[in-house]
Amino acid sequence: MRFRTLVIRELVLATRIGGGGAMAVGFFLIGASLYPLGIGPELALLRRIAPGVMWVSALLACLLSLDRMFQADEEDGSLDLLLLSQFSPTGLVLTKVFSHWLSTGVPLIIAAPFVAQAFDLDYHAMITLMLSMLLGTPVLSLVGAVGAALTVGVRRGGMILSLLILPLYIPVLIFGAGSVEASLFGIGPQAHLIILLALLLLALALAPFAAAAALLLHIRA
Amino acid sequence: MNLGGEGLACARGERQIFAGLNFTLGPGELLLARGANGSGKSSFLRVVAGLLHPSAGTLRLNGSVLLPGAALLSPHVIYIGHQDPVKPSFSVEENLLFWMGMAGHAVDYRRGGQGGLREAARSGRVEAALEAFGLAGLGQIPARFLSAGQKRRLNLARLAAIDRPLWLLDEPATSLDSAAQELLAASMRRHRQQGGLIIAVSHTDLGEDVTHLLNFGPQHRMEHMA
Repeated sequence: MRFRTLVIRELVLATRIGGGGAMAVGFFLIGASLYPLGIGPELALLRRIAPGVMWVSALLACLLSLDRMFQADEEDGSLDLLLLSQFSPTGLVLTKVFSHWLSTGVPLIIAAPFVAQAFDLDYHAMITLMLSMLLGTPVLSLVGAVGAALTVGVRRGGMILSLLILPLYIPVLIFGAGSVEASLFGIGPQAHLIILLALLLLALALAPFAAAAALLLHIRA
Repeated sequence: MNLGGEGLACARGERQIFAGLNFTLGPGELLLARGANGSGKSSFLRVVAGLLHPSAGTLRLNGSVLLPGAALLSPHVIYIGHQDPVKPSFSVEENLLFWMGMAGHAVDYRRGGQGGLREAARSGRVEAALEAFGLAGLGQIPARFLSAGQKRRLNLARLAAIDRPLWLLDEPATSLDSAAQELLAASMRRHRQQGGLIIAVSHTDLGEDVTHLLNFGPQHRMEHMA
């Protein structure tokens, strides 16, 4: 009940003016499309760089809306009330992460095939890209929540957030891009995807507690 | 519902903010916390709300000790802090509906827009709450058009929309005009008549008969007025 109320609120906020939903997917579409335009129609080269470029663009797009995950609620006092509304802090973080993934990660996955056209990715590589993003983007939201919670009280904390979080995104980048490459070279992406799944489970087990602890540290300081 | 605190102390960082604070509060009573700026009134309120942990002492609800961190009071509390949790891109009604939903009131928030709102408005609760704080007719306008005083009124409208026995009010009259202060006093009176408890931080008496006065300063003194 409260879970649903909060998720819907987050999604509505994300789609209204000043929300982060459309911004992230727009950035991803434009950012990733700039590479083919800049490099030119050399299909072999485009295909070679596609996995890395698309995953880097997805990481950065995800980062754009991350700094507002808790800060917008901290600034207007909503965070206090959310913590008083019979959510456990961990449950609150998980709900926020789920909403962030729905409003940021899912649109990226849906947009990925369109961007993939610009890089001349074949059908199998495209499916692998979407699968890897399905497993990888929740990790971005989960790990990002820890950074967002740590920088919740820092004005203009987006820069610090990037410095904190981007290094932690490297494993997702390596195995996400690796899976698409493996698929392109006909090796089979299973190993990479399984490692992405392992990363997701690890992040799911650790990140909510870390983010909740960081939020409480801020509230109680 | 009875609430009490024994030997409460609060430290933030290295600084001891208050210590050895005792209070009791019963049905229909108003505890007013007064003191200089920075004397720990707001921290006291946050300790009672469960947002801050007391560094010493205990809170008791109906005689049983509340464990710190368990947030056991939160199902009974409405907390009005310094800031107004109002989302500028939501309409006035949507803002109120969200907090009603988070308090467990069954509101149809599904579409977030017109359809869901009509449903909840028909139940009359939202309109009554907005009217109680002089916001009648403003339900549909985006909250970014509200003035500071109107935002505060919208925040206070939670008091009328949500049924909770304990109100924690941190300088509730900030940026309110005299008409709104009257409305606030009226709703506080109504709440107390229904057996509600109020702890308020304020520099004025909010137009109410104060039951207990808690003076913050070098030593904390509780005076029983009634």
